[in-house]
Formats: sequence, C-alpha cells, structure tokens
Amino acid sequence: MIGYLSFIVLIPLAAVVWKSTGSGLEGFWNAVTSPAALASLKLTFGASMVVALVNAVMGTLIAWILVRDDFPGKGLVNSLIDLPFALPTIVAGLTLLALYGPRGPIGINLAYTRMAVIAALLFVTLPFVVRSVQPVLRELDREMEEAAASLGAGGFTIFRRVVLPNLAPAILSGVALAFARAVGEFGAVILISGNIPFKTQVASVQIFSAIESDRPTAAAAISVVLLGLSFLTLLAIDVLRRWGSKHES
Amino acid sequence: MKLLGGAGAILVVVVALLASACGGTSSAASEGSDGGGKLTLVAYSTPQEAFEAIIPAFQKTAEGKGVEFEQSYGASGEQSRAVEAGLPADVVEFALDSDITRLVDAGLVDSDWNQNEYKGILTDSVVAFVVRKGNPDDIQTWDDLLKPGVEVITPNPFTSGGARWNIMAAYGAQIEQGKSKEEAVAYLNELFQHVAVQDASARDALQTFTGGKGDVLLSYENEAITAQQKGEDVDYVIPDQTILIENPVAVATDAPQSANEFVRFLYSDEAQKIFGEKGYRPVVKSVADQFDYETPTTLFTIQDFGGWGTVKDEFFDPENGIVAEIEMSLGVSTDSG
Repeated sequence: MIGYLSFIVLIPLAAVVWKSTGSGLEGFWNAVTSPAALASLKLTFGASMVVALVNAVMGTLIAWILVRDDFPGKGLVNSLIDLPFALPTIVAGLTLLALYGPRGPIGINLAYTRMAVIAALLFVTLPFVVRSVQPVLRELDREMEEAAASLGAGGFTIFRRVVLPNLAPAILSGVALAFARAVGEFGAVILISGNIPFKTQVASVQIFSAIESDRPTAAAAISVVLLGLSFLTLLAIDVLRRWGSKHES
Repeated sequence: MKLLGGAGAILVVVVALLASACGGTSSAASEGSDGGGKLTLVAYSTPQEAFEAIIPAFQKTAEGKGVEFEQSYGASGEQSRAVEAGLPADVVEFALDSDITRLVDAGLVDSDWNQNEYKGILTDSVVAFVVRKGNPDDIQTWDDLLKPGVEVITPNPFTSGGARWNIMAAYGAQIEQGKSKEEAVAYLNELFQHVAVQDASARDALQTFTGGKGDVLLSYENEAITAQQKGEDVDYVIPDQTILIENPVAVATDAPQSANEFVRFLYSDEAQKIFGEKGYRPVVKSVADQFDYETPTTLFTIQDFGGWGTVKDEFFDPENGIVAEIEMSLGVSTDSG
C-alpha cells in the first residue's frame, strides 16, 4: 500500500518539488512572482473558488431533484451528469466554443473572457458535488424531516436545521474535488479562454508556456505553488468537515 | 480519506504530465530501432497528411520495400522534447530548427545534420494573412493590420514555437521597409494591441478564426491552403514583405541505413510534389517551379536576425525578451483598465 502510494504519488510529487528548486530558491521565487505567473495564479484560484461555490449550490440542488423528485426522463438526466467526465476535456472546450463562441447558435458570446474560463470549469466539475451528495441524500431518514414538520417547523427551517447538517460533509468533499479539478484543468480551458496573458491565461497554460520556452524549472515551480495552495485549500475543507461532524455529535 | 484520495488522483495527473515534460535532463539515448525493417518517424503535426501519402510511395521503391513505419505527430516543441527524453526516433521533422538543435545538444542527432544541399530543410512556406472570404477589410499590408477595429489572431508565441515565425515576420517586415529596430519593436507593440486571442497552437488559432473570431489570422501559407482544401471560407494574402519558413528534417545518429534512404526519397521529385500539393513550397527548385506560388517582393529568413538561437534569447526570453516585455506592458494596462 505504501509502496503503491510512493510509486504513484509521493515520488512524482517529490520529483516536481526537487525539480522546482533546480535553479535555487531565488530562481524559484523569480519564477512564481513574475507578473505573468502571478496573474495566472490569481485567475486560476479565483475562478476555481467561484466554480466550487456555484457547484456547492447547484450540485446540491441537482442531487436533491434527482433523489426527491420524480419526472419523466429522470434516469436519462441522471446518467447525463457523468458525461463531462467521459468527454475528453479538449472536446468539451471545442463544444463550448461552438456553442458560446462568436458564431454560437444561441447568441451568447462568452468566448475569450474570464466568464468563459468559469463556464468551462463548471462544465467539467459538474458531477463532483452531485455524485457525492446523491447517496447521502438517498440514505437520509425521512422520518427526521417528518418529525420536524410535525413539531411545526417550516420547509426552510427543516432544510436548514435537519437536512443541510446531514449533507454538509458530502457537499464539502464534492466541493473539494471540484476545486482541485478546476485548479489543474487545461484541456477545456485552453480553447475557449483565448489564453490572453494577464487576462484569461490560467496557471496550467502558463506552465505549458514555460515548458514550451524551455524553462522546465519555472514550470515545476509554478506547479509547486499550484499544488501547495490546492493542498492547503483541501486541508482547510477537510478540517471544516471534521469540525462540522464533531460539532453535530 | 476519500477527499485526499480524489485530490491525490488529480495531483498525480498534473505531476505525471510534468514529470514527462521535465524528464529532459536525463537525456537518455534513444534505442535504435531494431535494424532495417522498421523506421520511426517523429514529426510536428501539419505534415501528417503529406507523410501519409509519401510513405506508401516510398514503400513502392526498391529501397523502401518492406520498410515498416511507426509515426508520431504532435506539437513541434513537445515532439522534440519527447525525443530528447527517450522517445525512439529514426527520422525527425520539426517546425523550426531549434527543435533539432535540441537533439544535437542531447547527442541524438549529428551536428552536421544541416550540411546537405538543402541545408537540412525539407519544406518551405511563408507567413501569410488569412482573411475572411473576399477580404472584406481589404487587408494587404502589415500596416493594414493596425487599422482601427481590425482584430488579429495569432497563437501565443510562448506556448507555440511555430507562432514565433509570425512575430519575426511582422518584425522583419518593418526592418525591410527601412524602419529602425526601435520602430519595428513599436510596431509589434501596436500589433499586439490588435491581437484579440492568443491560442496555444497554430491549429487552435485556425479553429478560433474559422469559428468567427477576428478579422485576420497570422498563419503559414500551407495552413491557409489546407484550410481552403478542407472547404473553409477563407482567403489569404501574401504580404509584400514576409519571412521564409523553413521546416528541417534530420536522421538520428543511430538510425538504420533505411532512414537515410527515406530522407533521400523525401527530396525526390515524387515526394516533393506531394508536399507541394499539401500546400508547402517544395525546396527542390524543379518541383517548386511546377507550382504557382506568389513570390513576395521581399523574402527574408530567420538568419537575417542571427538564427533561432539568437532570436530566442532576444525576443522570446520569457523574462527579458522583447515580446515578453510587450505582453507585460499590455497586460498591466488591461489589468488596470
């Protein structure tokens, strides 16, 4: 188990960190604080946070509808949710560009803006929250809600006081996955964002450009920042989740 | 645990990509493929169609009889780095010669690779303006690109090695018109203000343009011809001053003899004609004469600016390069504005 983890995760991670210091600490610092790198990191984390928050709300809503409501074609919708996972992300980017680009059939032109980055990230991260909330919601004891209702609680109060605390850990793990995925996304974003430096260039594209410019050390350095910040965010979410479940019991 | 597991999986992908991209320093020598019967061709993406027609033709010749091919196509820089990191290759063809000099430095290609009659260059092309059908904005000259409201598409020169041809064409055209270095850089600065999208690769940029964005796409003549052959509604204009794009080919040091025979065949009239039909300018004069290519008034080469080695440092150094500084100055103004 440890051997597997080392081979798959730990050694490659260590290699990136080691590589990133290839030109000393000063080289590392210069690479990650160059204006272009800073701008792309800011955009990446900002967009990923927006995406994670939207997912928290919309993902829970979709899961709720899929579990609690009945409508014709529900099975179909349910299987549609996972499709963004199956689609190669570059195809996702191409499709979004065709739809929301300058010649899109519905007259919405998002292409080459920061909104486009967010739209592409929303597309590829849709399943995370839905899929982590769904099973918990399905197992949720409806008698609790009925009891609350019989004691005079309104719909919103029941949701806030009874349902949400039970779902919170699942929502948080979904949000964490969505966030991490958004931070590293490349394929879906590269076509529709236009990669305009300082405006719509995300960190993964900035890393790609460092590689293309024969600066593997800089690429590794920016990646390490990306990994470090993602790790901290995930850790924070995990702590929040633990604290939440302890608080409940 | 589930959370960390999921995050870990994503990290692994990022890391694996990086590890493969960074493997370069190990400079493992590629194993020569097991003699005679098989050749591995590693090339950049656009000549794929030409090679798919040329390889069967080669296999019909006495030298090529029974030779099997493994082919790999992709972005020029990535392909070159993959070979440097150990991807087996007997014959390589790239978009610009610095991708081959990388392999020379790694000891995988002999340093005299460009000592043949054609200086190691297999095909030529020129930087062209791709415009909408009928050229509604009447784009003819480099100055027309700066007309108010004209939107220019060109790939990001930092993610696309090939896109650097476009920038050097724009710069060189100013110099050829008698401007000073400073004035030429000022032109680039103004040009970048008209650049609406900087796609990651030339193919992405073409996608963006045919998708309806922009008024002019800076691209290569062969890409424009391919787009037309595929039925896209575009025209192209060869500006009076433009750069000669030269795509080099080389044989790996430890490649079997059939690799040399294949490259010799690439310079045959038959193969050069196929390149010509796919939109390239053949380097063999007698074949080139069969095609009706527009000759620009002034055609310059990258050698006029000291070759790619010099140009890479002067223009495309990500920190102090001329183009990096232009992008930065524009970036700062878009950020505050």
